[in-house]
Amino acid sequence: MLETRNIDFYYGSFHALKNIAMEMEDHTVTAFIGPSGCGKSTFLRLFNRMNDLIPNTRLTGECLIDGEDIYHKSVDVTNLRKRVGMVFQKPNPFPKSIFENVAYGLRVAGISDSRFVAARVEESLKGAALWDEVKDKLKKSAFELSGGQQQRLCIARALAISPSVILMDEPASALDPISTSKIEDLIHILKKDYTIVIVTHNMQQAARVSDKTGFFMLGELVEYNDTKKIFLSPEKEETQNYITGRFG
Amino acid sequence: MNSNLLKQNIAFGIFRALSLMVAGVLLWILGFIIYQGIGVISWEFLTTAPSGGMTSGGILPAIVGTLYLIAGSSIVAFPLGILSAIYTSEYAGNGHIVKFIRIMTNNLAGIPSIVFGLFGMSLFVNTLGFGDSILAGSLTLGMLALPLVIRTTEEALKAIPDTFRTGSLALGASKLQTIHRIILPMAFPNIITGLILSIGRISGETAPILFTVAAYFLPQLPHSIYDQVMALPYHLYVIAVSGTDLEATRPMAYGTALVLIVIVLVINVSASALRKKLQKYHA
Repeated sequence: MLETRNIDFYYGSFHALKNIAMEMEDHTVTAFIGPSGCGKSTFLRLFNRMNDLIPNTRLTGECLIDGEDIYHKSVDVTNLRKRVGMVFQKPNPFPKSIFENVAYGLRVAGISDSRFVAARVEESLKGAALWDEVKDKLKKSAFELSGGQQQRLCIARALAISPSVILMDEPASALDPISTSKIEDLIHILKKDYTIVIVTHNMQQAARVSDKTGFFMLGELVEYNDTKKIFLSPEKEETQNYITGRFG
Repeated sequence: MNSNLLKQNIAFGIFRALSLMVAGVLLWILGFIIYQGIGVISWEFLTTAPSGGMTSGGILPAIVGTLYLIAGSSIVAFPLGILSAIYTSEYAGNGHIVKFIRIMTNNLAGIPSIVFGLFGMSLFVNTLGFGDSILAGSLTLGMLALPLVIRTTEEALKAIPDTFRTGSLALGASKLQTIHRIILPMAFPNIITGLILSIGRISGETAPILFTVAAYFLPQLPHSIYDQVMALPYHLYVIAVSGTDLEATRPMAYGTALVLIVIVLVINVSASALRKKLQKYHA
């Protein structure tokens, strides 16, 4: 379970997240929606501490995964990132073979048993619904794949290190409609084994893939509820205005 | 015809003519050197020491000396330069110390090579007591090449988009693993370009080796890094302006220049081949 309490986050003097409290159950898909700059991606990146890479930021409050404060001094960030996988906005495969892309997380974890690695690579590619398309060209460069295939490769790469949570930061925004629907189908399947949090600009996508939806505006979590509720009968007027496209 | 299109064609025409001119100048120099120097190139010229007061014989000691100096200064400048660049561009952030290092690196690049020569003589030859030697010459040339190696390596690292760094870190890789497994292999082709440039620079310099290693006439080959050597650029200078019979040795001077150019060319071509091979996974 992911949980935050009284989260405030600052970029320098800019107050990017304001007092956010939220809980996300295991094996659910939670979507974050909201206008650009509302803080939803910043909030997502708290859970694998990618915000640590940005200089001059400050966080207060608690961010817990299964009850453990992931910002505690004793937490090893590289271990945390093995538990919390991430898929980015633009597919970012490494300039390596398809096989080595998926094996990367295992290699940096020091796993060298080649039979284990091969089995895990196959399993992960199957998990990302890419195996049938690439099984005959595992040695080929990942750059030879289409954009949609590259994004599924990045999902497979994240699956290979057996995370329990997968963060997706607008994973389909750079893809065509067919590739997008493949990613969405995949999210439905992955939900069985992983807790998924997805940031999206596409309201229909949030409605299609998620169980719960959080609407962010100006650094605040305006409304957080079952996706059906948010899209059919939101409680707040701002939410209503945003999902009906009255501002954006 | 549309007047914008006409303007564009005229502008491109000028650009094309200017860039062809650059190529033309290079070809002219090359053609001139080849025309003047090819006559003296022979097996004997390449494999024997100068003789007859440097009016006959070959240039073998100078070829060997230059190769040693290229290798020696590469050993000094490449690891030091590449590691410094990794530190300043990947680790050090953008604080005052890094800015200071950058400014100093740029200033170092602007120092005339004769000053490097004098400094090398003072520090390596005299103070540290290496004498006129391959060691002192390599260290001096290495220092000269250092800013070039650092700058080009930094540029090569900066050219790698951050998405690759975040992608690797998000998979639980450490910063060092990310640099070692993702960033350096990607930046390597461009780093090599920088190394080629610096080899070109090293191999042609005369001033830094003048007081640190170069011998006027030394027919035997070096036995250790504490020996002096002849070097092609200095030998070229000697037989062009201060030889025993300038008129008679003019073709030998051009031949020496030709050999120097061919050595640099061979290194460039093999480095480019290596770069192509390393780029196999790139789009």
